[in-house]
Amino acid sequence: MTSLRNEVLTRGRPLPLPTLDTAPFYEAARRGELRFQRCTACGTWRHYPRPACPECMSRDYEWALASGRGEVYTWTIVHPPTLPVFEADVPYNVVDVLLEEGVHFQSQVLDCPPEAIRAGLPVEAVFVPVDEEITLVKFRVTPDQSKPHSE
Amino acid sequence: MGEPNGLRDRAAIAGIGHTEFSKGLGRSEYDMAVEAIWAACADAGISPRDIDGVVRYDIETTDEEQLLSVLGNPEIGYFASTSWGGGASASVVVHAAAAIAAGLAETVLVFRSRARGKNSVFGKGSSLGGRYWERMDERLPELNQWHVPHGLVSAFQEMAMITRRYMIDYGTTEDDFAEVAVTFRAHAGRNPHAVMREPMTIEDHHGSRMIAEPLRLFDCNIETDGACAMIITSSERARDLRQTPAIIHAGAMAAGSHHRWTSSMYSRSRDDDSAARTGRRLFERAGLTPDEIDAFFCYDFFTSFVIIALEDYGFCRRGEGGSFVKDGGLSFEGGNLPTNTNGGQLSEAFIHGQNNNLEAVRQIRGTSTAQVADAELVLVAGANTDPTGAFILRR
Repeated sequence: MTSLRNEVLTRGRPLPLPTLDTAPFYEAARRGELRFQRCTACGTWRHYPRPACPECMSRDYEWALASGRGEVYTWTIVHPPTLPVFEADVPYNVVDVLLEEGVHFQSQVLDCPPEAIRAGLPVEAVFVPVDEEITLVKFRVTPDQSKPHSE
Repeated sequence: MGEPNGLRDRAAIAGIGHTEFSKGLGRSEYDMAVEAIWAACADAGISPRDIDGVVRYDIETTDEEQLLSVLGNPEIGYFASTSWGGGASASVVVHAAAAIAAGLAETVLVFRSRARGKNSVFGKGSSLGGRYWERMDERLPELNQWHVPHGLVSAFQEMAMITRRYMIDYGTTEDDFAEVAVTFRAHAGRNPHAVMREPMTIEDHHGSRMIAEPLRLFDCNIETDGACAMIITSSERARDLRQTPAIIHAGAMAAGSHHRWTSSMYSRSRDDDSAARTGRRLFERAGLTPDEIDAFFCYDFFTSFVIIALEDYGFCRRGEGGSFVKDGGLSFEGGNLPTNTNGGQLSEAFIHGQNNNLEAVRQIRGTSTAQVADAELVLVAGANTDPTGAFILRR
């Protein structure tokens, strides 16, 4: 049984397979843009992609450009067990970012030690190409604008 | 005027059965399901061929055809399945009671079989035993495309994020979680069928390794093999059968957030989500208040969600779950509200809530190994991060 288990474990890195509903998100990410659906009737932003607005029921929407800025709403630090492909990274963070536009988005904060993650941490989107089709949207801690630049 | 309760007292749980629970039985889910079903029929004093209705979880691998092929092809005049694992755990009973109240069936089978000990994997399919999340496609067209590529691969990691936000919003602490784990382990210590029976202390809990912060190993349900089944029939007929009937007094369901839809979940308030809605409708239909409930069975997949369930179902106010569970608040001996007296899914077995359902019936019968004195009203709730359901049993 143990050998069978080893045969069926997912070894590679799981990636999104864009669908008719989600492809525009990934096309934008490939261009370095974070876009979400926004209702053109009432202006409400939404994620995940869906065919109508839950606020006003309108089926009209656009893929609108988001600022990429937000703050950490909640997070976890993952320890084993996890998928083999992620094991080299433990302990790693996964965060839910509440973006300025009001939508929640799951991702990771790059180059940030586990103990520095907190609710309210200001973050901004960065774009990490994985292959020709998929660029993952990750985040980094927003540089503190009040600090003088050190040359 | 309260909510209509068309199924009030019309149906009863007349038989319960289960297999051995273990970290690895080396048996198929189909084989274990049949053993549990036969045991439930024997407990009720009926033949498996009397079954004329089936309600199962939509993720259950033993389907109606597989049942017919061992039941000798009787008339299955009603069959239904309901969503997810934890979310379905109580809803299956609500569906069965509704079918009986509507006259669509007379003897309804409810069951769940799981080969989920980590060494029990026997196939590539995500529902065929073992850990589903270890065997996913490397290209994800479904909802998990939004979080799995970032390393959020399993339910316990999703639950950790929900737990963390709840701690921020309501002040729930790791000490509160430990109280739940310790109390349920003490219940399991009295239960010869429980997989984890060694006593646990608060220090043991805090010393267990981190799985996904803030959740530790002892905050998580155990992974087990086993199956549970119950036979539900009309209350009238149940009174003529072998056991004291556990009468289904009221049932309710509510669609709502699922833990995999985390982005949607965080945009709803807890009081606006499925469990709290289910609780309000259930008590209104039952004509009861939370303080009248003698024992509670909640979906204890993680310690934190036991505390949240106490608040969702109105046993205490938001943020007060921690003080409610302190010092054995959930103990069968003099607790504020005896809860999961079998040891629950944290210590007895993890059969997607059906093992807790069976123990609720034992409380009504008076046959639990952690019996609540004079238990007359028992509330059973499904998972509170899924579309969910709940029901109230009475003697």
